[in-house]
Amino acid sequence: MSRHILSAIQNIGHRAIESIWRLGHASRFFVLVLLKSGTSLRRFNLVIRELYFTGVLSLIIIVVSGLFVGMVLGLQGYETLQKYGSESAVGTLVALSLVRELGPVVAALLFASRAGSAITAEIGLMKATEQLAAMGMMAVDPVARVVAPRFWAGVISMPFLAAIFSVMGVYGGYLVTVVFIGVDEGTYWSQMQSAVDFRFDILNGFIKSCFFGVAVTAIAVFEGYDAPPTAEGVSGATTRTVVTSSLVILGLDFILTAFMFRGVS
Amino acid sequence: MVSKALIEINGLSFSYDTRPILNGIDMSMRRGQVVAIMGGSGSGKTTLLRLISGAIQPTAGHVKFAGEVVHELSRDALFKLRRKMGMLFQFGALFTDLSVFDNVAFQMREHTDLPESMIRDLVLMKLHAVGLRGAHHLMPNELSGGMARRVALARSIALDPMLIMYDEPFTGLDPISLSVIGNLIRRLSNSLGITSIVVTHDVQESLKIVDYVYFIADGVIAAQGTPKEVRESVAPFVHQFVHGEEDGPVPFHYPAQAYPQDLGLEDNRV
Repeated sequence: MSRHILSAIQNIGHRAIESIWRLGHASRFFVLVLLKSGTSLRRFNLVIRELYFTGVLSLIIIVVSGLFVGMVLGLQGYETLQKYGSESAVGTLVALSLVRELGPVVAALLFASRAGSAITAEIGLMKATEQLAAMGMMAVDPVARVVAPRFWAGVISMPFLAAIFSVMGVYGGYLVTVVFIGVDEGTYWSQMQSAVDFRFDILNGFIKSCFFGVAVTAIAVFEGYDAPPTAEGVSGATTRTVVTSSLVILGLDFILTAFMFRGVS
Repeated sequence: MVSKALIEINGLSFSYDTRPILNGIDMSMRRGQVVAIMGGSGSGKTTLLRLISGAIQPTAGHVKFAGEVVHELSRDALFKLRRKMGMLFQFGALFTDLSVFDNVAFQMREHTDLPESMIRDLVLMKLHAVGLRGAHHLMPNELSGGMARRVALARSIALDPMLIMYDEPFTGLDPISLSVIGNLIRRLSNSLGITSIVVTHDVQESLKIVDYVYFIADGVIAAQGTPKEVRESVAPFVHQFVHGEEDGPVPFHYPAQAYPQDLGLEDNRV
């Protein structure tokens, strides 16, 4: 019995040490990517190519999701607000929910599933098929040539995608409340305009999406580069990217919100 | 033509954790020579290539390439040295997001400031040397296994290296592709003076094209010689390997306790 308990404790300790070791390894890799970003900045066409794959190809899912989230927000917001005779505030509700929270967070979650998983799978497969080793043998550093451009493309794409998500959401809300339900158009826009603050709402939302962009892409490139070079290894790494990124996004969102909106009414 | 050694390997040893893989290897390879390294699976042949390219560090001994001790070089110096080396991976390892043309042009674009028009001419010349000039517009997923390896070969000679290492270049090829790759290895060495190291299991094909053979077993050089010496060798290990005999110094059976004992017939009636 005592041997089982001892082995369970040992197991927990082993897992804890392994997790901390992996976190350290990931941090070192992150610093390495930053140090080797010179090539990406000098040859920006490498980043532009990746911007197409991570940013442009994620547009469809971001646009459609943003539109539907905005429509649902408009519908739910109207239903609740009309009970208190405040349906004119529905524009404010939609805009603030999107710009402060849902825009950056949901866009980042979608970005992790769409682009993050693709980055991990691509880098992992390049490793499994010895393409990264071949690059190293050709005296080309794979971190500088493959990883860094993907990292920067992700970091640049994320705030734009979050902004597009919010804009589509606002139009989704407009479509449901103004066009379908019949809330006054002038009220929808003017209430929104007066309630949304550039510094507290839009800028903070933008800063959040920048943090999420760094977190998701850093996790994606690390998981890909660190993946065991087998089919099973790459599939496991892709799953870990989505799961870890999602948890990190939600955790980071709480911390950032706590710092950003202290004392803001 | 007698020329001095391009690669000198002295007392080279390597262990993964505490498991010894190579133990005191000595080799020497001249410019323009084609050398085969043979041995069973897991005998450390690929590890030897990784040591020569500086991808891993030896636990003892050294590899000298063109007079420089590989594992003592800084990262920058090692990358500079690697421009003089090419490596053909087992399945080609072509960059799947680049066309055949861009794969061959990759190193030229990364390491030189050549104008695009000159790169185009050079790439077509390299592809012509492997017979695939007409396939320059294809993507790697449109190539057969043999073609992919020929493109990878064109890519590895892009910057006219002094050495090309081939990691099992004949695996999974049909007889025609196998013969094409074998002849290309020989022809490139003859015409460009490239030293070639071929890690392979394919005894018959490689004996046709190489100048010298090393057999590695249990981390040491079990035998060595010219193809003629190897064919005529009566050393049990070499004989078993060259003639593909089922049993010999490399046993058919994985070590186990006595068969009757395993079957529960301990009184040895069987």
